[in-house]
Amino acid sequence: MTSLLDVRDLHVTYSGGGGDVPAVRGVHLSLDPGDTLGVAGESGSGKSTVALALLRLLPAGTRITGEILLEGEDVLRMRWGRLRAVRWAGASVVFQGAMHSLNPVQRIGEQIAEPLLVHALVKPDRVGARVADLLEQVGLPASRRRDYPHQLSGGQRQRVMIAMALACEPRLIIADEATTALDVMIQAQILALLERLVDESGIGMLMISHDLSVLAATCDRVAVMYAGRIVEQGPAGEVVHEPAHPYASALSAAFPRIGDPASRLAPRGLPGDPPDPAQAPSGCVFRPRCAVAETVCATVDPPLWPVRPDRDGRSARHAACVHVGPGGGPERTDSARDGSARSGPDPGGPGPGSAEEEEETSR
Amino acid sequence: MSAPTGPAPAGPATGSRARTPAVTARALARRRRREALGRFVREYARNRAGLLGLASLLTIGALALTAPLFVDQAHLTVTGAPGDSYQPPSREYPLGTDNFGRSVLDLIVWGARVSLTVGLLATFVSVTLGTLVGVTAGHFGSSGGLGGRIVSTLLMRVTDWFLVLPTLVLAVALAAVLPRGTGTIVIAIGLTVWPPTARLVRAQTLAVEARPYVERARALGGGHTHVMGWHVLPNVMPVVLAQTTLLVATSIIAESTLAFLGMGDPTTISWGGILESARTAGAISAGIWWYMIPPGLAIAVVALSFTLCGRAVESVINPRLRGQS
Repeated sequence: MTSLLDVRDLHVTYSGGGGDVPAVRGVHLSLDPGDTLGVAGESGSGKSTVALALLRLLPAGTRITGEILLEGEDVLRMRWGRLRAVRWAGASVVFQGAMHSLNPVQRIGEQIAEPLLVHALVKPDRVGARVADLLEQVGLPASRRRDYPHQLSGGQRQRVMIAMALACEPRLIIADEATTALDVMIQAQILALLERLVDESGIGMLMISHDLSVLAATCDRVAVMYAGRIVEQGPAGEVVHEPAHPYASALSAAFPRIGDPASRLAPRGLPGDPPDPAQAPSGCVFRPRCAVAETVCATVDPPLWPVRPDRDGRSARHAACVHVGPGGGPERTDSARDGSARSGPDPGGPGPGSAEEEEETSR
Repeated sequence: MSAPTGPAPAGPATGSRARTPAVTARALARRRRREALGRFVREYARNRAGLLGLASLLTIGALALTAPLFVDQAHLTVTGAPGDSYQPPSREYPLGTDNFGRSVLDLIVWGARVSLTVGLLATFVSVTLGTLVGVTAGHFGSSGGLGGRIVSTLLMRVTDWFLVLPTLVLAVALAAVLPRGTGTIVIAIGLTVWPPTARLVRAQTLAVEARPYVERARALGGGHTHVMGWHVLPNVMPVVLAQTTLLVATSIIAESTLAFLGMGDPTTISWGGILESARTAGAISAGIWWYMIPPGLAIAVVALSFTLCGRAVESVINPRLRGQS
């Protein structure tokens, strides 16, 4: 089964005024149809950059290397015309901040019809019916299509954005902080809506959020990003409730668990700030903030290891920490598979072999 | 809904199923358009100043259009003048007569035809040019890569060049070089007053381009034309509209100025032309006020009316200004 989305060794470097900023450093992701993958991480971890890179929406002058295979086709090598066709028809985006992603001087019906007209997928006289259809699908009455964005509430606007994302029946939806500015009730409604749509139509969804609890509730699998790399990836429940990487556990512990007084009484934060991507520390980038750092962490940049692998060395879950490495400790890193070859200063992360293994074990 | 003109639907089952939603959609669109028009009229009617400007424009426009019905064109020629020279306002000549004995009222009514035509056409030319240059420069300057920035810079330098040239001098030069006629005046004014519009539109375009919905439009596969036509232009329109109302006034005044300076078409009667003949005839020193004041007032009233109308239309079209007037 070819996966819907396969990101291999993605590197994104912004060229800013003060020099190059490597925002994403070697990310591997894969997503199957009907699957939801959550990407978590704090601000500046590169999660939105990954989302924008998928459709090459980054500002001009940004360097992107690696492979982004959307249904087997490399987005990074597409011609401009093909790229425009793939945008929205192949993969669509629900942007963060629906407040500003709608044009204030056009009616929402016209804006939902916009991708249909741009891609000429529906005959002009059928557009009205299709728009009504889409609005009903996201739980808005079709009569609201004559409204302007300012006549809608925040949740309704986000529904409009989702209707717009669904317009061309894409295979993949990228939800970039889709529920961030909404209150909790609306957030729950929007999440339920997204979940229902994914279930009904078998599309894949890449959900980006800083809110681990949102991802745990919605996604099948979760990837935790830190400083432009994935530090842990696996089934949502396992990653959120028994994280293997110290950063993932800090992120998870930052949310009090309802019904567990202990977690309320002993809140744990994470001291310090994420590293400046332009001057990342040597070895493991999380080392300066890590509570369980060892001396070896200063020199070894660990690749994604399988967590609690079975007899064949496979696992649904991977974490990039020396404590997770073969044998569970740093002392045996060098004796493990080609671990020592991949660790060290190379920030490229796991090689292609590991990516293939990732693909095999993802389902 | 209109009666079917073609043959009756052939395939009853498939035909009607395919046709019904199409008809409904068209009917819906028609109803929506009707409702939108009704909303527009209601919103506009709430603006008193706008109504006043509109009423005055409609009156002047109707007078100008119907002028041939009640103004005898023979009376407008120097030889066919009906009265004596410099008759003060009377029952027969409400605004008196000029040095040739022509009725000043007739001249003003007839002059409205040329002044309005030239003012509107010149505005159309300059607003179109300015908007085109402004949107193109703004759009490619912010999202066109290196080639786009070069195009944008070139366009703006040309704009700057036109901006620093004194408008009137350039218009006079153009009017002098080109063959005489109303078309020449339109082009001379249109080509000289567009740079401020271009700069204004470019600034607004840059502001709009930075909005997330433009990024969204690009993400959904929209090209340059789509972004410029669908997102930038409608958001720039309020500014263009405001600029248009000011420009109609400016253009009418510019036309009057050119005619007053003798650059206009001597065979037509325009308000500026009347002012010029009043000056050359020595009406000022002779105290013939009814020859000087009416054309000047006419220019002022039309300019004011356009401005009032434009403000009212802007407040209706821009949803954000709604309810603030």
